[in-house]
Amino acid sequence: MELTKQEKAMLDGKEGYAVKKSMEILVALGDIFGAEKLIDVGSVQVAGVSYHNLGDAGLDFLNSLAEDGRVKVLTTLNPAGMDLENWQQLGISPEFAEKQNLVIDAFTRMGILVSCTCTPYLIGNVPLYGEHIAWSESSAVTFANSVLGARTNREGGPSALAAAFVGKTPCYGLHLDENRVPDINVQVNAELSRLSDWGALGYAIGKKAENKIPYISGIKKATLDELKSFGASLVTYGAKPLFYIKDITPGAELQQQPKETVTIEKTDLDDAYNKINDQVDEIDFVCVGCPHCSIKEVAEIADLIRGKKVTSGTELWVATSRTTKQLADKHGYTAIIEAAGGKFACDTCMAVAPLKGRFKALATTSAKGCFYSRQNLMKTKMGSMKECVDAAVTGKWNN
Amino acid sequence: MEQLKGRIIYRGKAEGEALVTSMPISFYGGVDPNTGVILEKGHELEGQRVKDKILVFPQGKGSTVGSYTLYRMKKNNTAPAAMINKETETIVAVGAIISEIPFVDKIDLSKIKKGDTVKVENENVIIL
Repeated sequence: MELTKQEKAMLDGKEGYAVKKSMEILVALGDIFGAEKLIDVGSVQVAGVSYHNLGDAGLDFLNSLAEDGRVKVLTTLNPAGMDLENWQQLGISPEFAEKQNLVIDAFTRMGILVSCTCTPYLIGNVPLYGEHIAWSESSAVTFANSVLGARTNREGGPSALAAAFVGKTPCYGLHLDENRVPDINVQVNAELSRLSDWGALGYAIGKKAENKIPYISGIKKATLDELKSFGASLVTYGAKPLFYIKDITPGAELQQQPKETVTIEKTDLDDAYNKINDQVDEIDFVCVGCPHCSIKEVAEIADLIRGKKVTSGTELWVATSRTTKQLADKHGYTAIIEAAGGKFACDTCMAVAPLKGRFKALATTSAKGCFYSRQNLMKTKMGSMKECVDAAVTGKWNN
Repeated sequence: MEQLKGRIIYRGKAEGEALVTSMPISFYGGVDPNTGVILEKGHELEGQRVKDKILVFPQGKGSTVGSYTLYRMKKNNTAPAAMINKETETIVAVGAIISEIPFVDKIDLSKIKKGDTVKVENENVIIL
């Protein structure tokens, strides 16, 4: 990879340890993937924030970088392992909280915004069409590439941090036009009527377009919340973090419909539901917000649960960013949800909180959430927002 | 003695006994960072310690958190002395760089047998 004089100086340690380490990472990745140069990035999203995943080793590493590492571009943070303010109410241990706070301190010293959300595009980190960025968090990467038309590979935590300290990333993969061409045409013949249908669709396409870029036809309209849920599921279940939907996502009009074609029928969605849903009736955990709820989704939950009560023995978590919750506070949605016994889980989510063994069965709107909750040994049910709120109120899943 | 030439991922020198597998390794979840023992069920190296070995495997797999697991192993003195891959990927590459473990790829792994004494010197792999 060609380096400029300034980049060579960074690699030689002229800007300190964190920048040197970062350049070593970026140059190695550039060489591995055949990049010719580094390119400037407009923003960074850093994953690998939960102490649950980092452990003491990750914390040590972050502390070593925080000594002299300061980010050069707008950098936001993925969810942590707990709500940074309300952790006690969510049953997090003080030992975990202490370590998690040390992780957050390290990121803060680096100059990273403690946004703690997987939806940075909802709270002010919004890349432009065609802009190069270095994001981790597969659902955000997919949204940025597909719905916004920005350009990023699926970074890991350390490589995203490296890009933030240098302000650049190696130019390969999804930064280049030739690697953004769709591989497979997906004709959708099924109707999509509720939010979870988009998760089921992501599952079905993810399985049929494994490691491919789908070009999707047959969808007439979509909302931001639906595309957010769809992209998260698509990439969790196997596709590359980029999709095109004809007449809906930007850049689709510039691409040719690929020859290889698969269809998605109602039976494919039914099959996705069957694979994701376990046989279980009693629900002790309802969690909505994977990816994090938008303000519109929070409003919808408030509307559904107004005047009802979450049944004893079941918990309802609304996972969202703190920024979105502040808006919810202002508009009274928080009061309605909390009066019903629901809890807000800001800064965190069901995929990264230490939940193993705490709950037996989850109800959610999210296909991605089901995938990660299985690792936490929960049975899973996926359905509409209304079905999830009903499950919180009754403690049962009504098929 | 045979000398092979590969591509440097992390520059450095080390010598030790080769621990060889044809299966990819997931460091996150697949290796115990406190002992350096491979945990993955059904893995060719299940139950074996990678500490101070020249660890020879095709490439990494699994969660990107695996980079941090290697760093943790280095801190705990359970890390391999050096690593050799057929064709590496980001998880192990980043792990080796942040942990400063000598690491070479693009090597014909069939030349190295379990138990061989192997020396890694930057891009060179010398089988003694």
